[in-house]
Amino acid sequence: MPRLTSPEALSELRDNLLLDLASRPSRITISGGTCGEASGALSVVKAVRSQLEAAGLTGKVHVRVTGCQGYCQQEPLVIVEPLDALYCKVTDDDVAEIVSESLVGGRVVKRLCYVDERSGQTTTSAAELPFFVKQDRELIGRNRFIDPCNITDYIAAGGYSALVKVLTSMQPEAVIKEIELSGLRGRGGGGYPTSRKWTQCRQAPGDTRYVICNADEGDPGAYMDRGLLEGNPHSIIEGMLIGAYTVGATKGYVYVRNEYPLAVANTRLAIQQAQELGLLGDDILGTGFSFDVKVARGGGAFICGESTALMASLEGQVGEPRPKDVHTVERGYLDQPTLLNNVETWANVPGIMLKGSAWFAAKGTEKSKGTKIFSLTGHVKNTGLVEVEMGTSLREIVFDIGGGQQNGKAIKAVQTGGPSGGCLPASLFDLPVDYEALSSAGSMMGSGGMVVMDSSACMVDVAKYFLKFLQEESCGKCTPCRLGTDRMLEILTDITEGRGRMEQLETLKDLAWTMSVGSLCALGKTAPNPVLSTLRYFADEYEAHIKEQRCPAGVCTALFMFDIDPDLCTMCGSCAEACPHGAICEDDAYRIVPELCQRCGICVETCPSEAISRN
Amino acid sequence: MELSDLDTIFEDRGAEPFDIMEALHDIQSACGYLPEEALRRVSATFDVPLIEVFRLANFYKAFSLEPRGRHLLTVCAGTACHVRGAPRLLDEVTGQLQIAPGETTEDMAFTLETVNCLGACALSPVVVIDGIYHDHMTPAKLRTMLAEVRVADRETTERAAIAGAVEVVANA
Repeated sequence: MPRLTSPEALSELRDNLLLDLASRPSRITISGGTCGEASGALSVVKAVRSQLEAAGLTGKVHVRVTGCQGYCQQEPLVIVEPLDALYCKVTDDDVAEIVSESLVGGRVVKRLCYVDERSGQTTTSAAELPFFVKQDRELIGRNRFIDPCNITDYIAAGGYSALVKVLTSMQPEAVIKEIELSGLRGRGGGGYPTSRKWTQCRQAPGDTRYVICNADEGDPGAYMDRGLLEGNPHSIIEGMLIGAYTVGATKGYVYVRNEYPLAVANTRLAIQQAQELGLLGDDILGTGFSFDVKVARGGGAFICGESTALMASLEGQVGEPRPKDVHTVERGYLDQPTLLNNVETWANVPGIMLKGSAWFAAKGTEKSKGTKIFSLTGHVKNTGLVEVEMGTSLREIVFDIGGGQQNGKAIKAVQTGGPSGGCLPASLFDLPVDYEALSSAGSMMGSGGMVVMDSSACMVDVAKYFLKFLQEESCGKCTPCRLGTDRMLEILTDITEGRGRMEQLETLKDLAWTMSVGSLCALGKTAPNPVLSTLRYFADEYEAHIKEQRCPAGVCTALFMFDIDPDLCTMCGSCAEACPHGAICEDDAYRIVPELCQRCGICVETCPSEAISRN
Repeated sequence: MELSDLDTIFEDRGAEPFDIMEALHDIQSACGYLPEEALRRVSATFDVPLIEVFRLANFYKAFSLEPRGRHLLTVCAGTACHVRGAPRLLDEVTGQLQIAPGETTEDMAFTLETVNCLGACALSPVVVIDGIYHDHMTPAKLRTMLAEVRVADRETTERAAIAGAVEVVANA
């Protein structure tokens, strides 16, 4: 395709692409992405291509491989148009039937459709899928229409028209006003008003300005940004272009985790295609505006999600944060004014420019506007990416969309906000997703991780898990964080191993206060949250560990042993075979050797006659 | 991997300060670790003191200063994987291979690593073996997979040993 030199050339290209799409109404969409690929999407794509060739349909049927559509649990998803049939967990063996029945015959293959476990109802179309119906999939829903490896899909779907609108009809001040009226706040976790950041960066003195997309999505249990970057990278590039125009930047960077190889590849390809079309580079669309973006890979350090540490890393240094007495909007990357926003924040910008601030502000609560994507995972039936209007209650997300409990065990908590957030008990599930509401309950919105926990999770273990994570990831620069995480982890280890004392709970609170007021950056300041929130809502579990040396969930391995009941044991030997530690020996009967047993519980799951139990 | 093969990694690098990180990433994926000679070349190419290069290599988890095994096993330790049984998967692997995370088996067949989160949480718990993602893992599934990799590895190394011996004989 030739380089586009004017806005008119872009709309002409879009018209042609739309005509082309309309001329090929027969379409099969396969969702790829990391989840899809892990579930076999690539071989399904291969099967589709070869079946189409065998049926003489190559070229007549449009094959579109998209990024993640959000319902990761049911991947690979396949949608057939114009029938609008949605198939779940498709395998290579299903493809021949899909081609002959649905594409050629125009009939729905019922056996591949989604069946709701509770109602027994079959859903044949994507538009009616219960998991999707209750969401507001403004951002993630677009992934369905976009092949991230081909810029034409994004352009056909109206992509880069927000950029044209801004470049041809809006002054930077007007852009900022629009963002301000929309009420957009940072989606990375802090919730800082986006317009304020943009204003400060625009007004800061400096020769060169930079724009950065923070895609160092380090929170374990969160992958919204991966879903957006893998599935719709151009929406982020377009957002960055608008931000760059507004603050006067000519260079930008996407700092993305190296643990997301597909996101790295798709973003690089998207940048290259945008450059070839003249949507990045010099004199974009003949408007005189110039801007370019590069991808930088992170090194696997959680701290680099913090803005100053990220910028240090981008400068080729180790990722240590610095005090923020001077903000990065004034002196950031290479000491120049730098505008850094999270992936999801950038992805929201084109929509606001195109549909207007009122449209965006109409959604959500008084102070939290628009929609938010969460990654719903853990002990819940439907796992995947969930996008809801701000203000939706946790209950609606966990039960109505998530489908509630998974294995018949009652859900007791949901962890939001990753290592900086907290665990909220089921009694608070009527809380709305709203920056202030979640913070006042002792957790936080965070970037959008939402890990559901049922009675099989130990809340002290969860707190220890996060502290261990933070202790390892603390960069060590400031003492409160370096030593605080160390000491807290020590105490939590004591408690989970039966050496805990009640007065240590007070020490935990003391340490938490010191860390929250004394740490240099948000990692240390918020590190106590997982401990404080579990202490606040699950004090009984701490007490059981300390006073009775008992782990109610049966997770803390130092507090129990396994026993084989000789009366129930059929001497099949499967436990001894399954034990990875060689801790089960056969004398007259099977017996567990306490010195070798690591209490992994694999034997319990293996035993066909339920003869092994905890004591 | 010969060090001269790394030449392409240094091409067109140096315009951006983060190019040094990009070079380290590429060396890591080409060699499986960061050999000292390669770090010396990075130091010379980017005109950064060697100790600073080592500092980067040490600070970032993505880099390894030790050679890694022929097969890389990554157990995701993210929150979703943790609550859905990742610790038991680690138990299975450490029991089978007798190595802790970060270590390599003596025969250089396996390196075991944990990762903070792979972002495939809906499929948890997840284990990646040689770049292939395996979802909804159980200790039993993992045990079978390890055995399969081991068999395949033995065949490949034996074949390589035979090919090596044939070459020696042919040269003699």
